[in-house]
Amino acid sequence: MDLNPSFEQRQLVEAFSTLYRGESTTERVRAAEATGFDPGLWEALAGAGGVEMALPLRAGGSGASLLDLALVAEVHGRHLGSAPLVEAQVSARLLERLGGAAPVVADVAAGRQILTVALAPPGSGTARGVPAAMVADAVLVLDDRCVALVGLADARTPVHNLAALPLADVRLDADPLATFGGEEARRSFATALDEWMALTASALVGLGRRALELAVDYATTRQAFGAPIGSFQAVAHRLADAATALDGATLLSREAAWASEGDPARASDLAAMAFAFAAEAAQVAGEWSLHVHGGYGFMLEYDVQLYFRRAKGWAAVYSDPGRVYAGLGARALARRA
Amino acid sequence: MEFGLGGGHDALVDDVRRFLGEHLTPELLARVRRGGTYHDWDFHRALVAKGWMAPGWPVELGGQGRPPLEVLAIAEELQRAGAPMLGLGTTMLVASVLRHLGTAAQKEAVVRPALAGEILIALGFSEPESGSDVAAAQTRAVRDGDEWVVNGQKMFTTNAHEADYAFLLARTDPTLPKHRGLTTFLVPLRQEGVEIRPITTLSGERTNITFYADARVPDALRIGEVNGGWEVMTVGLTYERTSAAGGDSIRLLEAMEDWAVGGTPHGRSADHDERVHEAFGRAATENEVSVLLSRRSAWLDSIGELPGVEGSMAKLFSSEAITRQSAQFIDLLGPEGIRTEEDRGAPARGEVEWAYRFAQGTTIYGGTSEIQRTIIAQRGLGLPRG
Repeated sequence: MDLNPSFEQRQLVEAFSTLYRGESTTERVRAAEATGFDPGLWEALAGAGGVEMALPLRAGGSGASLLDLALVAEVHGRHLGSAPLVEAQVSARLLERLGGAAPVVADVAAGRQILTVALAPPGSGTARGVPAAMVADAVLVLDDRCVALVGLADARTPVHNLAALPLADVRLDADPLATFGGEEARRSFATALDEWMALTASALVGLGRRALELAVDYATTRQAFGAPIGSFQAVAHRLADAATALDGATLLSREAAWASEGDPARASDLAAMAFAFAAEAAQVAGEWSLHVHGGYGFMLEYDVQLYFRRAKGWAAVYSDPGRVYAGLGARALARRA
Repeated sequence: MEFGLGGGHDALVDDVRRFLGEHLTPELLARVRRGGTYHDWDFHRALVAKGWMAPGWPVELGGQGRPPLEVLAIAEELQRAGAPMLGLGTTMLVASVLRHLGTAAQKEAVVRPALAGEILIALGFSEPESGSDVAAAQTRAVRDGDEWVVNGQKMFTTNAHEADYAFLLARTDPTLPKHRGLTTFLVPLRQEGVEIRPITTLSGERTNITFYADARVPDALRIGEVNGGWEVMTVGLTYERTSAAGGDSIRLLEAMEDWAVGGTPHGRSADHDERVHEAFGRAATENEVSVLLSRRSAWLDSIGELPGVEGSMAKLFSSEAITRQSAQFIDLLGPEGIRTEEDRGAPARGEVEWAYRFAQGTTIYGGTSEIQRTIIAQRGLGLPRG
């Protein structure tokens, strides 16, 4: 066991931290709320190889591990990135595994095209609430028969939502751009969902940690009844619980990402665990940080509401923690029976 | 970054499980549960013979020189199996203090036989009027030539009825401020001035109240300086940094999973119940987090850093997790869930009903949840002191 990031991982985190500090200030996040997308941030991310790094060397990528991507996702979450980095990375890897056309994969790697992935199976010819679908060019969808790559240009309706995410409902009546059949395609799609859960867990951890910092800063300076409010146990103990949950979520999400190569037999379970646990930890951090700010926390002018809304929304776009836990429990019992 | 523990870890775990298969018999477990003393001399000496009394100590001091993650791996397996370890735990805590702060004579007279499994040491910190506020101890020790005379009472002196010494925190100068007038001693328990009365607890564990009426302790068994007891407590206890976490919860979940797939004659089969699935998935996730939090402490230890806040997080999280889980599992079992292990029809062998009682203690002893949260808030987050 070695919980320290490697030298290369520290360099990676530092490089992306610098990028996000410049291109994803809370002013920029607010400015992008109408669309959920900051083109300047996306251009910087693409330029820094944010998608390309996720692809294997054979596809012209730099072959980053899922753990490398998880560390970048923590930075993304910490700065509330208004760009579909996780969706683009996960769907690029999926298209490559599926054997998608090389020129398309190359366009996606360079950020010229944005792909996303429908997290739930479509119903009645529509995929609802697809993440990043308002800004992506195409979406990978798993239906009863196959994995389909579907163009988004004329097929989407925007979804106004809690987290200012560029979500869309997507009609699937046009012919797909490509289809990929067979059991292996389904398995590849399932792996993509695991990767999305693991990376989203990391993004939620980064977001939750920053929300907790805001709360600690405020509770240290704000005075009430002649003392800083952070000296009151009623305040401090809630923040200690949030800190403990976030430390647990950090370890668990990093372990889940590590497991994709380090312990493949457990990778899928750990991704689900990390997603559900990080979702709850981030939600608690967001709610309590907001609450610690008192009336100011309820004002749009204070940044804490930006974290509060995304903490819930970034996870809820896929599933609630309870359903994910239920899936885990059912799998464990099936293995035991 | 690497989460794997390596092939040596798997071999060590196999070795511990083989050992437990041989020595931790169902009869022994039943005897411990019935009697309430979570110490068994035969099992204790079998651990000593295996070298697992102090596996992390240097070889020349009677240990095996194992790194912290291997020490933790052994502790994790013992905890998961429900092995009676309370006597070993308190004895090793005091042995660690003496290793760093004891005199040569104390090491020879106490540490050597402790590591050989010949003696046991109990803790005497809490009193009827002080628990979490350890430094408020009122038990008095007064010097009398080469000896000290001890008067007072100590609560929760677990295993005092099996032990040779109590590691006692006593007030030696009431005129000094609270934290400065304290001294630590190893008080011999088998003497006239000491009375040991049993206290039975909610989970059936036996502990004790110990009374000291002109009990005598030679000055040679004083640990640290006179009135330097608080330094001994704070400095000494930092050497006992990593405890296993999550093992009791893992055992509990396994009992529940057995119940869910097997059912009981009067219970309902639950392997298709979504509420059961959710509770099991949540518990498995929390157990993974407990294990990761405690392994982080061992890892920090292994790279020469002192885990403090990290240990508090592992203790807080794992104890509160088993408290939530055991209550929820009783709910899932329905009215059957309150049957105790003495009832032959008890679901999950009565483990859930017992765990619900057992869990309450885990959030209290070894520093209450509130103490842990205060440590995390002040030392971890840097929030101001009240």
